[in-house]
Amino acid sequence: MRKLLVPIQGDYVAPRFDLATEILILRFEKGTKDGDPRTIILERPSDEALCQMVVEEHVTDLICGGIDEVHYNFLVWKKVNVMDAVIGSWRQAVEKVLNGELKQGEILSDKSDNLRL
Amino acid sequence: MPSSSAYDISSLLEAFPHSVMILDESFQIVTMNRLMEAMTGYAARTVLGVHGELVVRSNTGNSRGQIYIEVIKTGEAVSVKGDILTYYRRKVPIQLTVSALKSAQGMIRGLMVVIEDISASENIKGAEVHNKQTAELIGYSPKMQKVFDMIPILGQTDASVLITGETGTGKDKVAEILHKKSGRARFPFVKINCGALPLDLLESELFGHTKGAFTGATRNKPGMFKLADKGTLFLTEIGDMPLPLQVKLLSVLDDRQFVPVGGEDKISVDVRIIAATHRSLRDQVRKGQFREDLYYRLHVLHLHIPPLREREGDVQYLLDHFLQKYAKALGKTIVGFAPNALQHVLNYSYPGNVRELSNIVEYAVNMCKKKKVNTEQLPPYLLENERNAPLSGSPEEQSSSDPQEEILPKVTPLDNGGRQNWEDIERQMIIDTLKQTRGNKTKASQVLGWGRMTLWRKMQKYEL
Repeated sequence: MRKLLVPIQGDYVAPRFDLATEILILRFEKGTKDGDPRTIILERPSDEALCQMVVEEHVTDLICGGIDEVHYNFLVWKKVNVMDAVIGSWRQAVEKVLNGELKQGEILSDKSDNLRL
Repeated sequence: MPSSSAYDISSLLEAFPHSVMILDESFQIVTMNRLMEAMTGYAARTVLGVHGELVVRSNTGNSRGQIYIEVIKTGEAVSVKGDILTYYRRKVPIQLTVSALKSAQGMIRGLMVVIEDISASENIKGAEVHNKQTAELIGYSPKMQKVFDMIPILGQTDASVLITGETGTGKDKVAEILHKKSGRARFPFVKINCGALPLDLLESELFGHTKGAFTGATRNKPGMFKLADKGTLFLTEIGDMPLPLQVKLLSVLDDRQFVPVGGEDKISVDVRIIAATHRSLRDQVRKGQFREDLYYRLHVLHLHIPPLREREGDVQYLLDHFLQKYAKALGKTIVGFAPNALQHVLNYSYPGNVRELSNIVEYAVNMCKKKKVNTEQLPPYLLENERNAPLSGSPEEQSSSDPQEEILPKVTPLDNGGRQNWEDIERQMIIDTLKQTRGNKTKASQVLGWGRMTLWRKMQKYEL
């Protein structure tokens, strides 16, 4: 069982890991979701707290927007599969992860006007 | 925003010295220049149509495009400091400026986002040491040390500053440094000499005029106050400003609003005033030549630049500095002054202060054909004055029975061999002062005008 964490902002992957106040956690296995995703509202944005949460929650995969080198290296060292610099809808990003298609730095082409930042 | 206009401006943006991108009314990227591509790490073609905030990932309070929305609402440009996270996981300190793009009809059609990489200036700020010199201001004397100590403090406030000092002491330079060290540094620094223009012209220069305000006013002119908006207006020779204009200046300082010559509508400005004069404004007030209310309005913070004759030891240091500067500029290999010539330049009183010293060295370097500047290569008036009457800038010195003794820096003993470097002088100065205070470091630091830590550090440096 793998565990995905995505800092989000509205309908998008949050532009910055360190400024995100809302996160989404999802369990999945072989391309299939295991239950509904959980969203957690953080008291305040903090990259340190998020890293701690990633470790404590045994997160295996992380999708995020901008993240600084120090925290990226820490998470990689903790054997988290980090796909950073992702731009676009978090739903689309999650779908792509489930299908094993999301790449680091990917700009998701969904330019739907209905998306809310 | 139509794509054709985006195509037109793309080449224009390349001429910008900073990272720039254009957003449409829904904040989606229309175009960006190469510097923006380098800054964010994203190629323009890959992010066209993407929300600007998702690419310029800043911490400047633009979450959910708040800054963009504010600019669209008000039409006023917003400029904030912060950092961005690049594609390459680097945090870069930036100054983000967002301004509205208006059509010919005044409709807001999009936004221009300019990012300035301020990492260099941020690094300098962090490592700044004020015990030597600030930018191009040079001096090691205790009196100049006090000036250097004051500069960062004055730079951080928004209050008016009055800089006083004799001619040639570097008032303009200090004003410029104050501006550069202030939060207004990236906005204009506008200088105007209040003594150089007649009343009407000065009023028009300061406050601008409308078309037809007077004969020859064929177009609207914004004026220095408007040009310096958000920045600093430096009024040099404020003591020479005509009285009628002083009233208008006071009113602008109080209300931050003014009416251009021949205009009807008030214009609001946000300008910091730095004023300078070589006159004693207090005397001017007493004589009725300067308004008392304006004097107090400008005299919020006061910085006095000491004349060169009061800056013990700085003459030697400045001589070295200007000698190197002019020798380099003229491609000469002059290594210094011959002992005789050095004696002359060190004993001179420099009524024109640093400016005069600079001119003397420039003259000498031009005249010099050897490795050392001799007496013959110094300006003749320097030797003439020394033989006849001593020149001095202050009445105190004029009344002195032996001005040369007064003028000689207390702690610049010349060795017989020729030049001394500043380290030797400063070391000797510390020894002399410690002798005076019988080794009491606290008293010695007070006499020298340094903090105890500075004295301690210098004693360590000179192994005393």
